[in-house]
Order: sequence, then C-alpha cells, then structure tokens
Amino acid sequence: VRARAWSWAELAGPVVLIVATGLLGSFVSAARSLEFTDALVSTAIVVALYVFVGNSGVLSFGQISFFIVGAYVAGEYTVPGDAKPSVLPSVFSIIKDHTVSNAWSLVLAAAVGAVFALIVGAPLMRLTGLAAGIATFAVLEITHNIVRNWEKIGPGPLTLSTVPETTDLWQATLGAIAVVAAAFLYQRSPLGRKLRAAREDPFAAQAAGIDIHRQRLWAFVLSGGLSAFAGGLYVHLQGTINVEDVYLELTFLTLAMLVVGGTRSLWGAVVGALVVSGLDSFLSDAENGDVSWYHASAGTRLVAVAAFMAAVLIFLPGGLTERSSMAPLRTALRLRR
Amino acid sequence: VSTIQTLIDATALGSVYALMAVGIGLVFGVLRLVNFAYGQLVMAGGYTLALTNGWNPAVSILVCFAVVIGLTLTMEVVAFRPLRNASPATMLVATFAISFLLQSIALLRFGALGKPVGTLTGLNRPIADGSLIVRWIWIVSIVVAACGLGALLLLLNRTSLGLHMRAAATDFRTARLLGVRANRVISLAVLLSGVLAAAVAVILTTEQPFVTSDFALRDTIIVLVGVVVGGIDRLWSATLGGFAIGFATGALGGFLPSTGDWPFTNGVYLDSAVFLLVILVLVARPDGLFIGRGRRAVERV
Repeated sequence: VRARAWSWAELAGPVVLIVATGLLGSFVSAARSLEFTDALVSTAIVVALYVFVGNSGVLSFGQISFFIVGAYVAGEYTVPGDAKPSVLPSVFSIIKDHTVSNAWSLVLAAAVGAVFALIVGAPLMRLTGLAAGIATFAVLEITHNIVRNWEKIGPGPLTLSTVPETTDLWQATLGAIAVVAAAFLYQRSPLGRKLRAAREDPFAAQAAGIDIHRQRLWAFVLSGGLSAFAGGLYVHLQGTINVEDVYLELTFLTLAMLVVGGTRSLWGAVVGALVVSGLDSFLSDAENGDVSWYHASAGTRLVAVAAFMAAVLIFLPGGLTERSSMAPLRTALRLRR
Repeated sequence: VSTIQTLIDATALGSVYALMAVGIGLVFGVLRLVNFAYGQLVMAGGYTLALTNGWNPAVSILVCFAVVIGLTLTMEVVAFRPLRNASPATMLVATFAISFLLQSIALLRFGALGKPVGTLTGLNRPIADGSLIVRWIWIVSIVVAACGLGALLLLLNRTSLGLHMRAAATDFRTARLLGVRANRVISLAVLLSGVLAAAVAVILTTEQPFVTSDFALRDTIIVLVGVVVGGIDRLWSATLGGFAIGFATGALGGFLPSTGDWPFTNGVYLDSAVFLLVILVLVARPDGLFIGRGRRAVERV
C-alpha cells in the first residue's frame, strides 16, 4: 500500500509544482506572467523528452524535430483563411484550404508528430548508445533542413506569422498537466515497466521475453506525439515561428534541463525545466533592470545559465532530484505517513 | 566546377575533419567521453590568433598552441576529472554546458561581430594559375594531418607510454590495477587532443579568416557525427569516419544541382542528403562503417 501511495505521489508532486507555477504567474504583471507561461511550455517539452530518454535510457537529440513538426502543423492549420495566401503562398492545397480551431490544431499536431515518430523510429530504435544519439540528431538535421527550404509545406526560411496567440497561462498549465499525466500513466503501464526493465538490464529483459525494439518504439511514438503537442502550445504562445528559433539551442537547452533535473524520474524532468527556466527568466529580468535589488550586465544570463548547468552536472551527476539528494525529503514524507 | 576540382575540395575538407576526429577519438578512447566542447578549444585558438594579429606569425601560432593546451588541461582538471564515473549521457551534456559557457563568454567578451585573422593569409592563395584551384593551405592541412597521424601511430605503437594509453583505452580498470598511471595517461591524451585542436585552429582560421563565438561549432558537430559513423571505438576508424564525412559533404555539395523543387534534389538540401546517408550507414552498421562485422565492439554506452 505504501509503495502504491508513493507512486501516486510521483504524479501529485509534479502536478502541484505546475499548478503552483500557474497560480504564481496569475498574480504578477502581464509581462512577467508570460515568463511563467513560457516555463510551463518548456516543462511540457522536457517531460515529453523524458518519456523516451528517461524510460529507455537512450539519448535522443531528435525529439525537437517532432516539436518542430507539431508547431508548424498547429500554426499552419490555424492561420486565418484570408491570411493564408500571403503567409503561405506556395503550400499544398491540403494546408491552404483547411483551417481548424485551436483545440483541434493541438490534437492534429500530436497525431502528426506521433505518426512521424513511428515512421522515423521503426528503423532507428534498433540502435543504442551513441549510434542512437547520432541517428536521432540526423533526424533533427533533416527535419530542420527540409522545413527551412521546402516551401510546399510551410513558409520556408521566412517566419510563419499571424498564428492566433491562444496559449495563455491556464492553457499552458492544463497542457503541462496533460503531458505529465500521460507520462505518468505510461510509466505505470505494463509498457512503461517493460521498457524500464530493459533500461536496467537489457539481457535479463530479453530473457524474460521483452521485445526491446518494440517497447522503445512505443515510448518514442508517445514522446513524439507529446513533443508535437508541446510544439502546438509553443506556436500558439508565440504567434510566430521561425525554424532557426527551434533548432540546436532548444535541443541542447531542453536536454540540459532534463539532465540537470535528473533523467530517471518525472520529478526530475519537471524540476529541471522549472528551475532552469526560472533562473533564465530571473536573469533576463535582471539584465533589463526589472529587478530592484540586482542589476546584471548584458550577457550575464547566458554565462550564468551555462555555468549553473555545468556546475550541477559536475557536482551532482545524477541531477538535482537524484535519490541521494532527495533522501531527506523522502524520509520526511515516510515519517509523516 | 569540374569533377576533379570537387574531389580536391572534398579531400581538403576531409583532411581537416580527420585531424579534428583524431582529437575527439583520443579523448573518447581513454575517458569514454564525447567532448562536445572540442569546437570551443578551436574557437579559443582562433580568438588568440585574432588578438595577436600583426605579431610575428611564429610567435602568434606558439601563443595559440599555449592557450589552447592550457584551456584543454584546465577543462580536464575542472570538468572531466569529477565526471569520470558519471553516465555517458551526463558527460556528454556536461560538455554541452561547457561548450555553451565558453561560447557565451566569448560572445560577452568579444561581441557578436567577429574578429579577422591575418596570421597566415598568404597560404590561402592558389598554388598556380589555371582552371584547377589548389590552395597552399590544403597542402599544409593534408601534410599536417598525415604527419600528425603518423606521429601519433608511432607514439601509440612504439613507446611504452603509447602502450599504456592503448591499455587504458581497452580496459581502464584492469590497466590501472596493473600499474598504469591513470592520471598521466589521461592527461597525455587530453594534451595531445589540445595540440590537435590548436593545429586545427591555425588551419581553419587561414581558410575562414573571421572568428566568431560559434567558430568551428558546426564543424565539430559534423565531425562528431562522422566519428560515430566511422566507429568511435578505434582511433583509426574514428579518423577515417571524420575524413569520410568531410569528403562526403564536399563531394555531395559539388555534385548536387542548384535547381529543383523537391527535397534531396537540390543543393540547398545538402545537409539532408548527408544526414540521410548517416542514418542509412548507422542502421546497416551500428558499430561503425570501418569496424568489421565479425569484430563487434562490446556495447559500452
């Protein structure tokens, strides 16, 4: 019974953190509230990344390609019909002639992302280790290159604009909770357990009859769908998107958030995303002179965030939420029960 | 552009990438660490050359070597040493963080506009007038790559220090138990990779005489991909992988037409074509293109 209660705490904890972030964001000025929304969208991306990387133990640099696909699908299908000829002059008619509502665009994004992940993952999920990392990176490169140049599926190198800005604080909170809930349900399901067994000991897992390739593929598809969903949230937050803004830097930043938090738990993904986003927003406010007690010189933000991430990884290689660093909290919770 | 010219360009690019691949492969061999921050070592060398513009070229190059080697050794002591027992993912992401840190420091310190380098501009001109263009710096880089690799092979195969390094690369723990001095071997590998980074900095700044904070970043990424595709477990296959991806990029860039609407049929889709090739090779030969099928390396990561 205690084990079951603890496992639900793994859902409740992140959800409480996310709701707290959402509530906090509703009490501050509109400009600053945007930073909270942004942090929640980042949380959704990092949790989507966690679904694959955390459960399988295989590093992927490719999840941002599903994010890109989701963002463009959600964006292109919600650009108002009369704006389409000017924003998307040469796209296929299947994009040009259809417009859907905000909620449906998110569903569509998730579906297209999952299908794309299925097609890509089927051959690639046989790889492990560095080969898997490089192959998924190749997927990111190809996606970026094609989206940037092929004007039949998007605006090419131009910025996609006039996307309705519908992601507010509450939608971002709900979206992040939905992604966390999906991740939680997956990792409790037989599929998730099999994959984590394969992560811990591939040989024993295979001996027990687990098809590692298939289990990895499930996680990859779910993670791809969730990443694309997060992409939809992102494009509806920004209102515009350029493929250069969602490329290497975002890939490395989200991976770093996950590793800083701890790759092996849902907690880790959420804590890492919120802590790094928080630090990033705080320093960018300080650079702009919006913090009364601390004024940072321009450029401090990048240096400080990178130094923070490097320091965490060097001194706490398991991340902020690694079991040993969480031990006091766990003991406290057990004692109360 | 003639076919021969394309092949010459491709070989020149391949030889620089091979040099970078040796530096990355050496450190991976003893530390099992993929050093993503390798490009920032090259960047540091580039900035050193830019700041010592107008000095005697020999002095300027010496200072460049000193700075890059110093930075490499510092990186080893500050970051690699505490991470020695961490998981490969943590090590890789930690080197991302270091790479970002160095890039943002450079951006903050030297600005976004970039700095010109004039140390060896003379080497960037063609050897002779004619339809085929062969630049002096290409000869230099091919010779440096060949000599560097030769010296390294001699060191690894003919000296006891090299024996220690190979032992450490094969099985670090056992090598240590048998009396190989771990810290010395690791420092030596890291030092050699620093020397190579400095050499790459000199060559790259001659070819592209303008240093920005993302100098050599793209090249490092491509080389990392090439090293894994070639087979990172052995130094020679890693080197060949670096050369192969440089050669493939150069050759495909020359052969793809500059017209065409559909993906993969036009020069702007060069990256797609190269990375599609990468995926195909990895799926067919996950251990590396140049590693024999029968001699599968043990899965370490």
